[in-house]
Amino acid sequence: MSQDECASQALGSTMLTHERGFHARPSIMLTQLAKRFSAKVWIGLSDCGPWTDAKSIARVMALKAPQHTTVFFAAEGSDAADAVGALVKLIDSDFSSSIES
Amino acid sequence: MNREGGPVHLRGTCAAPGLALGPLVQLGMATPGSGHAPLAPFESPLGAGEPIRAGGDARAGAAAGAAQLRSAIEVACAELALLMGRPHENDAKALIAFQIAMLEDPVVSDPAFAAIARGVPPKQAWRESLALQIDPYDSAEDEYFRGRAVDLRDLRDRVARLLSGAAVVRLPPGSIVVAADLTPSQFLETVWAEGGIALTGGSANSHVAMLARARGVPMLIGLDPAARDHRGQALLDADNGLLIASPDPGTSADFARRRRTSQSGRGLVPTAPAVTADGERVLVMINVADATDLHELDPANCDGIGLLRTELLFRELADLEDEERQFTAYARILEWAAGRPVTARLVDAGGDKPIAGYSVVGEANPFLGLRGVRLALRQPRLLEIQLRALARAAVLGPLEILVPMVTVPTEMRQVRDALDRAVAALMAAGVASARPRLGMMIEVPAAALTCDAFAADFFSIGSNDLLQYVTASSRDSLPLAALQNPMQEAMLRIMRQVLESAKLHGVPVSLCGDMASDPACVAGLLELGLRCLSVAPPALPLVKAAISGWRRG
Repeated sequence: MSQDECASQALGSTMLTHERGFHARPSIMLTQLAKRFSAKVWIGLSDCGPWTDAKSIARVMALKAPQHTTVFFAAEGSDAADAVGALVKLIDSDFSSSIES
Repeated sequence: MNREGGPVHLRGTCAAPGLALGPLVQLGMATPGSGHAPLAPFESPLGAGEPIRAGGDARAGAAAGAAQLRSAIEVACAELALLMGRPHENDAKALIAFQIAMLEDPVVSDPAFAAIARGVPPKQAWRESLALQIDPYDSAEDEYFRGRAVDLRDLRDRVARLLSGAAVVRLPPGSIVVAADLTPSQFLETVWAEGGIALTGGSANSHVAMLARARGVPMLIGLDPAARDHRGQALLDADNGLLIASPDPGTSADFARRRRTSQSGRGLVPTAPAVTADGERVLVMINVADATDLHELDPANCDGIGLLRTELLFRELADLEDEERQFTAYARILEWAAGRPVTARLVDAGGDKPIAGYSVVGEANPFLGLRGVRLALRQPRLLEIQLRALARAAVLGPLEILVPMVTVPTEMRQVRDALDRAVAALMAAGVASARPRLGMMIEVPAAALTCDAFAADFFSIGSNDLLQYVTASSRDSLPLAALQNPMQEAMLRIMRQVLESAKLHGVPVSLCGDMASDPACVAGLLELGLRCLSVAPPALPLVKAAISGWRRG
């Protein structure tokens, strides 16, 4: 946590194209990916929040984001930019990588 | 209500097509807002565990409560991971992954731990914490998200069950389950065979409905609640939105015929030989316990009898002493098989199958005691009678002998010697006889690990006993159900080793345990290299369908 003070911040957004929006499988993939980064990562449905923890499946599913929603990410920590980049890429790839990977 | 005994037609809506025929099982389960209340007879025989006492030292109680919840969550995760390890459809995998992810999410469990710290009992704390997650889904506009409420209740109940120490509720195979709703876990933990689902509630968009369609399990939703009052045999005609309780024999026979036709219509042609998607032939034999089983079966549906359980054919000492009676029974079965191989297992009494006057009474641990070949070798006269009857029948068709519970090579040698003597005596007396091939069951880990040391013409993996001996867990122990996954790594390794050794020595291997009848296990068994499965007859269409959908990866 103390690294956060000297850490970088990153923002990003993209359009959710998955036909069912954030249903179970995409949400699991998204949170699993977010957890790989040490940065704090938030997700929101507008660029001014409210922001919610992108590492929590309960929170991400609770967004109930449907198809064609624009999703915003904010991250703070040493790998913040990487985290946002990876999450945007995951959504842009329409969650094509597998859950296990 | 139907006290008169005539058929009763109950209406519902089709959520998964198909026809099922089996005993009605009334299952009570958690409904929104109510406690988890399984009805008899599926209540755990163990009852509930010790509730947590609101002791004098509240802080110690809270610490113990938190530890209990942590451990319940860990066990639930482990159970789900075990379920995940079994071969399932992608939808099922996603559902289980979702449940695991929710369990691991502190957002879900933190409120429960906070409540426990305030002195709330763990089960109540967990339920209230999950209600925070479930309620928004219940009121969701989107049907998909509403459906997740069921998954979360399932999760809530799994942990609550572990907290109260109650055993997992397992449904008997082939049942027609009547319930308000069914959880995905219950669906996945049940061997559906020819059974079906009849829900007074339910939704065609639920995970269970999705799984039922994928697995070919007929399912009705929105069923007439009067269905709750019925017991006994029933017909489920999901195609026509109908559950028929107390059917008369004529209706049942018509129904069975219709089901056979509809199965062939859906491409599950039971009579066609089983072939994988890339064209490899797989032998699918049947397990037979009772010659009357065979009346309704067309031998053309299978490749022979992979396991004839003679201890269930001859249940009394008088049968074991009667060579003629045994010979006649084998002759009839060979006649039915019409040239297909029949593998007769020597009387496998003892364990859970005592024969009065033959098996030993009062053993402290019958499954580890005198059973199978151990018992047979101690009763050489009865063994000789059975071997003589089998050798005589062997002239009538391709009959093979299977030796149960073999542990060390000496046992096989002794049976082989006894068979040689019996055949020699018959020949000397001028009695028509042949020497059947002699194979052994692979069900004791010692034999599995050293199978190359045994003089056997073929191996048959008895996965039920192998599983309980490998995991040191009794298969009828409900609380140990999580250890009983037949596809766990230990089983895969031991089976792989048997198959490799057998291949090296040119010994054919088949598998005759319950897992062969579970369509969810079939792909895994084919991947191991098995090409001969012996299954429960009702499982034939689904096992064949599973084989035809598999290709070498």
